[in-house]
Amino acid sequence: MTTTADRPDVLAPEAPGGPGHHGPEADHAHEVHEHHGPTGILKWLTSTDHKVIGQSYMITALVVFFISGVMALLIRAQLMSPNGSLLSPQVYNELFTMHGSVMLYLFAGPFAFGGLANYIVPLQIGAPDMAFPRLNALSYWLFLGGSITMLSGFFVSGGAASFGWVAYAPLSTATNSPGAGADLWLMALGLTGFSAIFTAVNLIATIFYLRAPGMTMFRMPIFTWNMLVTGILILIAFPVLFSAVVMLFCDRHFGTHIFSVQGGGVPVLWQHLFWFFGHPEVYILALPYFGVVTEIIPVFSRKPLFGYRGMVVATMSIAALSTGVWAHHMFTTGVVLLPFFSLLSLLIAVPTGIKFFNWIGTMWRGQISFRVPMLFSIGFLFAFLMGGVTGVLLASPPVDFQTHDTYFVVAHFHQVLIGTTVFAGFAGFYFWYPKMYGRMLRESLGKLHFWLLFIGFWLAFIPQYLLGLDGMPRRIVNYNQHAAWQTLNVVSSVGAFIIGFSFLFFFANVIQSWRKPVRAGSNPWDGHALEWFTSSPPPHHNYTHLPLIRSERPTWDYNHPEHRTLVHAPRASRADRGQDHELEGANR
Amino acid sequence: MNASTPGTPGPLGPDVPASDGPTTAPAGAGRSRRRRRRLALGALAAPVVLAGCNWYPSYGASRGATAQGSDTFKLYSGMMTAGIVIGGIVAALILWSVFRYRRRSDEIPHQFHENLAIEAVYTLLPIVIVLTIFAFTVITENKVMATQPANATVTSTGTPVVDITVTAFQWGWRFDYPNLNVDVTGELTNGPDNHGPQMVVPAGQTVQITLVSADVIHGFYVRDFNFSRYAQPGVVNVFDLNVLRQGTYDGQCTQFCGLYHSQMLFSVRAVTPTAFRAWAASEVAAGHTIPRLSPVGAQGTAPGDTRVTPSNALPSTSTATAKAAA
Repeated sequence: MTTTADRPDVLAPEAPGGPGHHGPEADHAHEVHEHHGPTGILKWLTSTDHKVIGQSYMITALVVFFISGVMALLIRAQLMSPNGSLLSPQVYNELFTMHGSVMLYLFAGPFAFGGLANYIVPLQIGAPDMAFPRLNALSYWLFLGGSITMLSGFFVSGGAASFGWVAYAPLSTATNSPGAGADLWLMALGLTGFSAIFTAVNLIATIFYLRAPGMTMFRMPIFTWNMLVTGILILIAFPVLFSAVVMLFCDRHFGTHIFSVQGGGVPVLWQHLFWFFGHPEVYILALPYFGVVTEIIPVFSRKPLFGYRGMVVATMSIAALSTGVWAHHMFTTGVVLLPFFSLLSLLIAVPTGIKFFNWIGTMWRGQISFRVPMLFSIGFLFAFLMGGVTGVLLASPPVDFQTHDTYFVVAHFHQVLIGTTVFAGFAGFYFWYPKMYGRMLRESLGKLHFWLLFIGFWLAFIPQYLLGLDGMPRRIVNYNQHAAWQTLNVVSSVGAFIIGFSFLFFFANVIQSWRKPVRAGSNPWDGHALEWFTSSPPPHHNYTHLPLIRSERPTWDYNHPEHRTLVHAPRASRADRGQDHELEGANR
Repeated sequence: MNASTPGTPGPLGPDVPASDGPTTAPAGAGRSRRRRRRLALGALAAPVVLAGCNWYPSYGASRGATAQGSDTFKLYSGMMTAGIVIGGIVAALILWSVFRYRRRSDEIPHQFHENLAIEAVYTLLPIVIVLTIFAFTVITENKVMATQPANATVTSTGTPVVDITVTAFQWGWRFDYPNLNVDVTGELTNGPDNHGPQMVVPAGQTVQITLVSADVIHGFYVRDFNFSRYAQPGVVNVFDLNVLRQGTYDGQCTQFCGLYHSQMLFSVRAVTPTAFRAWAASEVAAGHTIPRLSPVGAQGTAPGDTRVTPSNALPSTSTATAKAAA
């Protein structure tokens, strides 16, 4: 933890940075002390290094992502004809339940706060590891156990859970959903829930206590800020989910009647508990990915983030509001206070709008290069814009009455979640892969991946909005009586298959980077935050030296001492360019 | 879709079947207030909707076959227009900055990072927009959610209220008319021509639905009514429908309810009040009365049998049992 001992040395003046200028890794690579631990499979099984655990998280999350993606393609294949007979109703119900569950519980969250955050947050704040390395390992093994538990539902008699990823009582009670699949599903939620809670504790403690000297809260990169807020949201939301799961399990096996009318219970209580978890969960999934694009856009615009403080406040506002909007999933129950939940839900559009304008302001008058991470980030902007606008519509109860449980909602949340977890998630993957493995991914294959994904994405989900407005309910296996829905369904399925196809180029890219590596160096993108200062991959305990940290982008400040962040003078004329350093420097 | 709706989907204001008196607000003050609201909604969507004009783009949605549904539609249309305008501006800003500021040289751009005035504008402006949307939402919501008092047999303007108790069950629907002693039950709709049990209602009159569930949660949804509501065990939901025009409207369970969720269809047929009374009488004559103390599902209904076939054709003459009509 004495990584900053020789900090002043590092600040020795160097040639001004140019686009090809990298961090000081080359000069200091040999000073990295060698770490002697187990190698090979033993390393993966026993490591408490946040970088190894982060990779384990990402690999596991990507494996279940592709399994779940195949489920989605089966669903889309089934819906290509009004009376499709590829899947029986029971198998179809299992598939859409597991598709949603795997994507939301096992991929979207763990990939971000287990994978990316685990790897990147300690690097960004100059910490040697997470605050509690063994707890971190426990989190991963709970997550892996939970993932296997959930997927093993397919191998028990009666099949996997088939009550939708929201498991509404009383459909999820023992009477209506007997069988071990449903129990395995509940167990998996318990396991992954605790995994998330432990990771959140770890992240919060790491961010509060292990920041390098000079790294004040308002010099933390936005990704780290967002992970902090995500961690707090996890602590608010996941215990509620866990308690609901325990109650439902008691109803199923121990004869309680918490969710059944017959014993005096209240079925709608499940919805309250579930969505009190479920809506913060949406932001637990989204905030890390907002953080990812907020890291990427400034780097490829070669400018500091526009409205840093506004961004932090917006993230906190989203988190605060998200704990008071759960019942907007329950407008059609007829038992919630509509105006209250409607107003709070609508208000979330305000901080989200601030984020959009900050992203645009960052690009404004920048020097934007369309490398693959930036392309994925721009794809995210458009996907999330569409998902956000339709989200405002759904926050209005009458419009929600009109579209609730139709494909309009399906299209809305797929646009939001694919926009964040897939576009922004893979933006982060392409962005940080060189840091993790010291080798570049190919631009050409990455661009093919992006464009196919982008085209498939719009082709798959725009028809679903129209289908929803035309009255197609979600979660139906057939639509015999409405043959007119077929055309749009076929278009949507073609789009889904294009999305699936695009990932072949992703695989090819990763394989290519291992067969014919292109060395990345420590700082291939001329990055801003601290992680680009250390070698790629970083040594054990991450840093041997640190630069002066006087803004949220210490690596940039180090490489471009004459182009530090301006505190004021946004309207400075063109003549002022090149004299930025005469202004107030980088002190915030 | 839903080509069964007769006539062109024109403006749905006052020109509903006049014979039985639409239950929408009377002329005068109410109407001018509504016009002012439309004006404001038009102003919100200024580039597309001309102020004061009674024209709303449909954007793929139904214009609403009920009074409540057409109110919802107008809100939807206005919000959609606002969304397209605002979303379009944001998309244009993204596209502009992406293309205008693409990298042309290795020069490092001006490193500005905040502008409090602009940031304040794009914080306050969305708040104003959101509050405007919220105001329209509350106004529409109050109209859609308004119900006649329980047990009311006529509205304040003197038109009758028809009560229907809708029971959703795995996997079908039961429509009971307690005042008319009529029961329609059907389950498991299969095949392209089977649109499920049919709920017959009088057009232009208030229909009060009492929605319950016999087992799990179901969703009562009629696309052309722009409306859905959960049928939940332990909850009794009451809402009013004022179907404006005669026609047949497809409905379906929208809340996933188990194995045969996709086969839980029904339809709503709106007929003239006279035809409605005749239909009710013929149902009673055919013995389709509300069974006493017999649970749903124990009525000997075979899967696929909807029992509504005789009622699909209106009887030419009404029988003596018409006394049951309200």
